[in-house]
Amino acid sequence: MIDQLVHLLGYEFVQNALIAGVLVAVVAGLVSRFVVARSMSFAVHALAEVGFTGSVGFLLIGLSPVLGLLSGSFITALVIGALGLRIRERDAVVGLVMAFGLGLGVLFLSLYARYATEAIALLFGAITAVSRGDLILMVVVAALTIVGLGVMYRPLTFATVDPVVAEARGVPVRLISILFLVLLAAAVAEAVQVVGVLLILTLLITPGATAERLTARPGLATVMSVGIALLATVGGILLALLTTVPVSFYVTSIAFVCYLTARFGGLAVERLRGAASN
Amino acid sequence: MTVPRGEFLAVLGPNGSGKTSLLRALLGLAPLASGSLDVLGGPPRRGNPAIGYVPQHAGFDRDVPLRGRDLVALGVDGHRWGFGRLSRADRVRVEAALEAVAAGPYADAPIGRLSGGEQQRLRIAQALVGNPKLLLCDEPLASLDMRYQQEITELIGGWSRDKGGTVVFVTHDVNPVLGYADRVVFVVNGRWAAGSTDEVLTSERMSGLYDAPVEVLRVRGRIVVVGEASGAGFDIDEPHHFPEPTGVHP
Repeated sequence: MIDQLVHLLGYEFVQNALIAGVLVAVVAGLVSRFVVARSMSFAVHALAEVGFTGSVGFLLIGLSPVLGLLSGSFITALVIGALGLRIRERDAVVGLVMAFGLGLGVLFLSLYARYATEAIALLFGAITAVSRGDLILMVVVAALTIVGLGVMYRPLTFATVDPVVAEARGVPVRLISILFLVLLAAAVAEAVQVVGVLLILTLLITPGATAERLTARPGLATVMSVGIALLATVGGILLALLTTVPVSFYVTSIAFVCYLTARFGGLAVERLRGAASN
Repeated sequence: MTVPRGEFLAVLGPNGSGKTSLLRALLGLAPLASGSLDVLGGPPRRGNPAIGYVPQHAGFDRDVPLRGRDLVALGVDGHRWGFGRLSRADRVRVEAALEAVAAGPYADAPIGRLSGGEQQRLRIAQALVGNPKLLLCDEPLASLDMRYQQEITELIGGWSRDKGGTVVFVTHDVNPVLGYADRVVFVVNGRWAAGSTDEVLTSERMSGLYDAPVEVLRVRGRIVVVGEASGAGFDIDEPHHFPEPTGVHP
């Protein structure tokens, strides 16, 4: 099995897939912490689905689907940011923007004759199809996302866990919300290439939600979230290389097992501690 | 109206009378419709480091990865861009702030698992860690039980007394701050009266403010404000607009 892996690692498509996987995992792990804390699962879903529309739209006019994906999710982020920042509005705005975006996607699909393969790849992920060209774009987007998150890390944390006091202390809470949506759009466009539009939540929710179960230290939780995303992505790619099952299945399964372990393992530890202190 | 340095001012009044708007104006978050406002010798501005802010207790999510220590640290550097660890001097300040509110024993516990009173103590540490000159408190006692109300008020009142800090303390119940407030201002529908509790909280002044018969009772060292349901200007279907009985406790 090891021999087989080593042999496979010689192929360029395998190398590309692994590099892409690591990039996506780092970005997704970082962003995931804030997606969970800000309750933005629904927004992630909308960004991914309208990204899909953008992708098919770009294919239709003969442009790069990856650029289409990025454009679709960026436009969605800006529309959501402009229309609804207050929590009560946000849910409805995200839903209606997503519905309209997907409607366009249906139109584009019906116009695009050779849709089957590309559409399935977008919906369920096709990391082994990542080319060197795609990879360069992914590195750029990942770098920008990580730098962006680094710049706003502290005020974003403050605005996320303690928005009222953050605003009173002068943190531009509304601006931070919009900036985070834009970063999220970039992270979604990256992650879609590994797990696809439909399974996007596995990388943008599960690592953050799992890390929350493991520690109360915010910095450590961020590191753990990245670790879990790496484990799921790289582990999933390697397992998929050795079998005939798609990558997405392994990535979602590893992530889910991590969450269950953290959740029930965490409960057990708490019980033990409770028993010890009584 | 001028609030002198070191004064503990209690801002009282029914819901919707603009108490929170006053604080937002002081914080530079909301413009004034009319009039003018000076805060610590200048116009109000966002993020003034000389102002500490204690919000109403809202409760943290049970699982939020945040310790009391981290909440206080956000009071030091949460508004700064970028990331990074606290400097040694800042860590000492966080430690001192935790100690000042006696939050040391639970400073490393997940904040969502702490009681309301413990969380409010940490919020006071967060507000005081920057060594402010002015502390703005927006209903910091709401939804706390009586013992915690006393502890929290003593922490804030003690800080004002010892450090000579100015406090603007918004509350709908005057009783917890009776021993601390140098002055009260009572706001009702755009009308207000300021002075000592004995001057302001009288049946005559309050009836004038509410434009309706209001009785102010002093019972066992506590003050109770009782309005009449049929009073002019009040809508029976909207209990918020009644003069709130100030300090009804079991």
